[in-house]
This record gives sequence, structure tokens and C-alpha cells, in this order.
Amino acid sequence: MADSNSFLLRIITPERLFYENQVNMVEFNTTEGEIGVLPGHVPLTVIVKPGILDITEPEGDKVAALHAGFAEILPERVTILAEVIEWPEEIDEERAQAARERAEERLRSKASETDLARAETALQRAVARIQALR
Amino acid sequence: MASMRDIKRRKNSIQGTQQITKAMKLVSTVKLQRARTNAERSKEYFNCMYDTVNSILKRVGHVEHRYLTPGDSQKKAVIVITGNRGLAGGYNSNVEKLVTRHPEWTREDLVVYTIGSKGRETFLRHGYEVKACNNDIVESPAYTDAMGVSEELLKSYADGEIGEIYLAYTAFKNTVSHVPTLLKLLPVEISGESGEKESGASAIMNFEPEDVEALDMIIPKYVTSLIYGALMEAVASENGARMQAMDNATSNAEEMISDLTLKYNRARQGSITQELTEIIAGAEAIG
Repeated sequence: MADSNSFLLRIITPERLFYENQVNMVEFNTTEGEIGVLPGHVPLTVIVKPGILDITEPEGDKVAALHAGFAEILPERVTILAEVIEWPEEIDEERAQAARERAEERLRSKASETDLARAETALQRAVARIQALR
Repeated sequence: MASMRDIKRRKNSIQGTQQITKAMKLVSTVKLQRARTNAERSKEYFNCMYDTVNSILKRVGHVEHRYLTPGDSQKKAVIVITGNRGLAGGYNSNVEKLVTRHPEWTREDLVVYTIGSKGRETFLRHGYEVKACNNDIVESPAYTDAMGVSEELLKSYADGEIGEIYLAYTAFKNTVSHVPTLLKLLPVEISGESGEKESGASAIMNFEPEDVEALDMIIPKYVTSLIYGALMEAVASENGARMQAMDNATSNAEEMISDLTLKYNRARQGSITQELTEIIAGAEAIG
């Protein structure tokens, strides 16, 4: 299976081994912006920001909603330590929509007691969930 | 010598107890197996986390960082993970002893965060300052529970309310051996020996964002994963300890029952002999 065009992607959550396979490319959001990783990447550790995780397998694409964690990128291997990650089929769309509206409401109200950073993360998370479903 | 009826009553009561201990043993055996697989699954996450944090710390060296140097406060926070229920041998008290009998700690310096109601009761009784605790999590710990605990602690740490954070739990070595362990969570201590493995340890790791900023974000996750791992192991240990305790109780009951059966039979024989003697004596007296 392994050839120069692919690398091993492992996604580990505290509860389970979420994904493990040879892939061609993986894309996700980091604190520094979006990143796409191809085989032979320079060693890099990045912090994950809520967003879509896009896996390009030899047989096709896979999408998941990745919310928090960090990733260790090595030339022949990528390990994502995900605190929270979901396949689209595990997402409850109605709940995500509701969460999105709630977060937007909180951001708009700008009341002094609202924790802006928290509301923003909540919004990003909801958006990522909804996008993963599309 | 006790009468036949007394012996019989006692034997029945012990048999009842034995049935309970036997059932409890079976239940904890099943729970242990589940908790054990969960604990093993979370190990991988934790190991990766540990390696990464270690490699970052090694690169950063001795930098001034709030997570690496002790806070100003004299107060120490200790998370104590115990069970919600007893009948598990020394499981609960062994963890508690780590804290109550610590040679350098005094009651006044400590803030105890208990997880599990047994620990909470003990520390309240001994007059410790017990803070927010959640007893339900030990039943089936989820990662979000660990996140909640670590968030709260890191907040008090950032506010300067506490200077150090410790974690007391029971490490699960195997089914029969559980070791009460005290871990220092914060400030993070850079371990001297290398925890590196074959995998790409020689490659120079880059960080995005820069090292110090990365520490800010990774260390809370590291603390959370430690708490989570400890919870998983503690649950496994609790069930292991209970299984052992109940196994001992069951075999003790077995021993008592066989002893009582012997006594009962002797008493029965004795009473028959006595009756016979009386009848014969009576018959002879008439005849």
C-alpha cells in the first residue's frame, strides 16, 4: 500500500483510534490558518482550530469535523491528537444549527459578561459541524 | 456448645452474605474488563501527548513560563480520585493516605478537589478545605469531564489562587496490582531522561505558533489528558480492588460455612446419641 504518494495518517482521540490509513493528503484548520499536508512535509507541530478535516484517500475523500487538539506532522506520518472530532454521520444537525444561532446571538449582544473568545469558539465549532454535513 | 438451631441460623446468614459477595465479585469482574479496555485505549493518546510535550519542553529549555515555574501562592491543589462506594478493600483509604500522611504537606496549605464521594467524606471529616467536586464522573468518566476539572484548576492557577497542582489516584498495573500514585501536574517538570522513541526523534520539529505560545495551548491539553488517563486507571483499579476484596470475602465465607457445617453435624449427632441414651436408660428402668 505504501508508496511515495501517500503517508500514514493516524487520528487519535482519548476514547478511541478514530482513523488510521494511508492517505494522499490531509487538510485542516490551524491557529495559523488552513494547512494542507502532502507526503514529505517538514516536521511540524500545529494547534488545531475548529474546522473541517478533509482526508484525500486513494479511493476518495473523507470529511470530518475537527474541533480541538493538535497535530504532529512528520515526513512519513501525521498524527492528529484530537480532543473532539466527529464523522458527519455522528453530527446532530439541528443541535449544531441551534448552537450556531446561540453563539451568534451572544456575539451580537456584546454584553460585558459574555466571554467573547468562548462564544467565538462555539460558533466556529457549530459552523464546522454544519459544513461537515454538506 | 451452641444449639443446633443457633448454628443453623448463623450458617444461613453467612450463606446469604456469601451470595452477595459472589454477585458483587461477578459484577466488578465485568466492569473491570470494560474499564480496562477503555484505559488501554486512552493510553495511546496519552503516550503521544506525553512524547510531544516532552519534546517541546526539551527544545524550549528553561524558559520563563507560567506553567513551568511555581506560582506565588503557597496553596497546593490536590485532585484525589476515589470511588463512590466502599467494599473495595484498601482502595479508597490508600489513595487518601497519600495526601493525609504526606510528610511535607499540612492541612492548611492544601485545597482538595475530590472526585468520588468516599474521598470527599474523608477529607471533610479531617477538616481539609474541599473544593468543587463531581462524584458522578467516576461511574463512567468521559473526556469532557476531565476537561471541566482541568479548566477549573487552570483558572485558579492562572488567578494565582494555587501555586501547584497534584493528582492522587490509583494506577492500574494489572488485575491484581494497583499502586496509589501521586503525580505533579503543574508546574510541569522537565524529565531528565529522554522519553523519545525511534519515531523521528532525530528530526527537528518546528512549531506553529512559536514554542512558548504552543506551550500555552498544549499544556492545558496535557493536563486534561493526564486527568483523563488517571480517571480511567482509577476506575479500572477500583473494580479490580473490589473484585479481589469480594473474592476474599467469598472464600472466607466458604471456610466459615464448612466449619459451621461440621459443628452442626456434630451437634446433631450429639443430640441423637443423647436421645438414644435417654430412651435406652428409660427402657431399662422400666424393665
